[in-house]
Amino acid sequence: MRPLTDEETKTMFEKLSKYIGENIRLLIDRPDGTYCFRLHNDRVYYMSERILKLATNISRDKLVSVGTCFGKFTKTQKFRLHITALDFLAPYAKFKVWVKPGSEQSFLYGNHIMKSGLGRITENTAQYQGVVVYSMADVPLGFGVAAKTTQECRMVDPMSIVVFHQADIGEYIRSEDTLT
Amino acid sequence: MGRKLDPTIKVKRGPGRKARKQKGAETELTKFLVEGKTVVGRKKLSSRARKRAVKRAQVTKEPKQEEKPKKGFSDENNKWLKPAQRKRKIEQSEEAEDSDSQWEDDDDDNEEGFINKQMEEEDDDDEDMVDDYGADEGDDQDSDGEELLPIEKAARKQKKQTSVKPESDDDDDEEEEEEDDDEEKEDLKEDEDEEDTVQANFDETEQFKLPGAADRAKEGLLQMDLQTIHQRIRDNVDVLSHFTEKREEGKERSEYLSLLRSDLCTYYSYNEFLISKLMDLFPLSELIDFLEANEIQRPVTIRTNTLKTRRRDLAQALINRGVNLDPLGKWSKVGLVIYDSSVPIGATPEYLSGQYMLQGASSFLPVMALSPQEGESVLDMSAAPGGKTTYMAQLMRNTGMIVANDANADRLKSVVGNIHRLGVTNAVICNYDGRQFPKVMGGFDRVLLDAPCSGTGVISKDPGVKTSKDEADILRSAHLQKELILSAIDSVNADSPTGGYLVYCTCSIMVEENEWVVDYALKKRNVKLVPTGLDFGNEGFIRFKERRFHPSLKLSRRFYPHSQNMDGFFVAKLKKLSNTIPTAPKETEDEVESTKTETAASSEQIQKPESKQRKPSSTPEKSNMGKKQKLKQKKSEPPIIRKKAGVKSENKKSDGPKKAKIPKLDGEASKKSKKPDIKQKVKELNGDSTKEEKKEKSQLEKKKNKMERKKLLKKNINRMGKNKFRKLKNVLGQQESGQ
Repeated sequence: MRPLTDEETKTMFEKLSKYIGENIRLLIDRPDGTYCFRLHNDRVYYMSERILKLATNISRDKLVSVGTCFGKFTKTQKFRLHITALDFLAPYAKFKVWVKPGSEQSFLYGNHIMKSGLGRITENTAQYQGVVVYSMADVPLGFGVAAKTTQECRMVDPMSIVVFHQADIGEYIRSEDTLT
Repeated sequence: MGRKLDPTIKVKRGPGRKARKQKGAETELTKFLVEGKTVVGRKKLSSRARKRAVKRAQVTKEPKQEEKPKKGFSDENNKWLKPAQRKRKIEQSEEAEDSDSQWEDDDDDNEEGFINKQMEEEDDDDEDMVDDYGADEGDDQDSDGEELLPIEKAARKQKKQTSVKPESDDDDDEEEEEEDDDEEKEDLKEDEDEEDTVQANFDETEQFKLPGAADRAKEGLLQMDLQTIHQRIRDNVDVLSHFTEKREEGKERSEYLSLLRSDLCTYYSYNEFLISKLMDLFPLSELIDFLEANEIQRPVTIRTNTLKTRRRDLAQALINRGVNLDPLGKWSKVGLVIYDSSVPIGATPEYLSGQYMLQGASSFLPVMALSPQEGESVLDMSAAPGGKTTYMAQLMRNTGMIVANDANADRLKSVVGNIHRLGVTNAVICNYDGRQFPKVMGGFDRVLLDAPCSGTGVISKDPGVKTSKDEADILRSAHLQKELILSAIDSVNADSPTGGYLVYCTCSIMVEENEWVVDYALKKRNVKLVPTGLDFGNEGFIRFKERRFHPSLKLSRRFYPHSQNMDGFFVAKLKKLSNTIPTAPKETEDEVESTKTETAASSEQIQKPESKQRKPSSTPEKSNMGKKQKLKQKKSEPPIIRKKAGVKSENKKSDGPKKAKIPKLDGEASKKSKKPDIKQKVKELNGDSTKEEKKEKSQLEKKKNKMERKKLLKKNINRMGKNKFRKLKNVLGQQESGQ
């Protein structure tokens, strides 16, 4: 387990800010203690300092996971955000998309969201802006990337894609193995 | 006091509770009584007299019906006993022959009729209760009843004539027996029935005692059908429960038992070993219940994740999706039991967003017993698939820290998944063998050990256990569990301000894996049992067959599928009293004794500065251990151990008994290379040591030097330092060479 290098930190924060903007500060300085990011086996883990101390006792090959996994760095040093980060991103999300109950299942299976399934969308969403997807009951379902701006969404035909799927909570069942 | 037989008293009518109560004999009588007859002479009839009058009125109508067979009510009665034809009863009241039935209410009559009908013709009864349309059905029933009657008559005749009865008669007898209990019958008939039933019993015992060795062998060849076996099991259990009355002369109890054992094996598909174990554990009546309960699944239960939602809200959301559920019981505030569901319970959006977890009801119990508090550090030694870990995290509200460990890397993936899904942030997941634990990390406030076991409590989930387990499996599990529980105890910090508790649980019902392991821990460590806080469940055993356990084992709890309707489980809560480890006098293994003498001889070659806490007699063992560790390449000793004195001492001791043999070997190997003198001393003082000894010195000389050295060394056991010892060694070496 090691701290992130500057490069890595930059990459990761860039990715995160796509979804939550400047609220990254709030992730680090929390009222209940300082939290930090650490790298282990190419995965970024988010944990409090107390857990960090405890985790240093465990040898590297035996350690499986600490705190919450946010995502991993690919071989070419790109950062891929995992669904496991949803709990932390959802409260700070800047742009949100609500999905109708009928298309909820479709999104949970890994499909993109079409205009016909779109319930609500935050105003002034730019194109290719990172969004957090919610169900109509305000339950966070995953992340995505807006394919169209809010204005365009209003005008486009019902079968066109408005949000590209990136991660959804159905992955807990579909790809349990890749979480570790 | 009787009810007032006054027709002028108002009777409650309507759908309420009081209207459903018995209306009173008076109201019934009024229907039957001819008006003129309530007054005889000048006196108004008394209550008894009125009853008699009614009886007279009815008896005169149909005297012939008394000859009808005893089996239930006659066919005429069938008509007015049906629920559908309640209205008819008034019309047919004159036809009622049984005087006894008149004393009861409409409802009662019908109920008795139901009971009888159910015993006789269950299908007909159901039809009656459902189809309440017109007289045609009644007529059909009548005809059916009439068909039965002649048969019944003939059967009874045959019964009386012969001793061996056809099966239908046996059924009749049984039913008649039951009816006897339910109703008042004429004495004659009762006697006949009793004789019949007694004879039936004799027949049955004779039947299954007949299989001698030859017959049993024959049975093995032809397949006996399960019905027969099941019947035989039931009868056998019946005989065994009332052995003195029902036994067959000359047949021993053990014969009945062995037949029962083989029948149970065949019927329920168990192997002999497991059935014998279960017969030891349960009394016979419970045994059948247990075996039956293992054939069906326990209900599906879920646990609300209070970090994300409340039980109320979750129940509402699931009900909206079409799930039929209920709270689990008053003992749990987070459990829900699922009766049926139109959507897959493991794939709803609520499940995926981590609002609940599929978990067996018995898995709630150890965590409830452990009750981790906020801010504590907790260890879960066998965490997969993570249900208990996440429950602990939700009780701690994501504060403190949890270490979730499991020896199986594949199953750890599910732990990771569940932890992330349920939003647990204070967990560290690692993949160690639980027995290594005090070395890796120690000083936890609470520890939960859900030990790997034979799985005899979860047979309903995994029927393979029925045939795959044998003595060796159980003992192997028990051995592993003993090692694990000692490691777990050593990982707890007894001086913790809020904790110092360990919960040991298994999903097994075997005494070898449960009470025996806890008893072993009580002997080996400074721990005591405390109440689990679970107020239901059976108490643990204090004694079992030839074993005797500590009386505090009463505080542990056992759960069974047939009594609590959850998987078989055992929970015990221990409190650690002190961090020091008790010394060998409690141990009984020879290895350890010889180790003791050996280490006394070799004494403190390497004394750790942290050994202040330990008792003197234990230090030699540890120092020997330390020496061995230094000499041997013990790589996985992280530096942290040097800092944590308490942990280290515990660690050493827990390794002690296991590695008792090794020091001798190591001593031999290393001493050859480095310190030949020590080797000699060790050998000499090992009066009873074993094969590793190579006799370089003659026995005589050894004996000579033995006493000297013992004296010298024993003086200095507590006080000698490393360098001093070397000096002494050299001195002794010179002495030897001098001699």
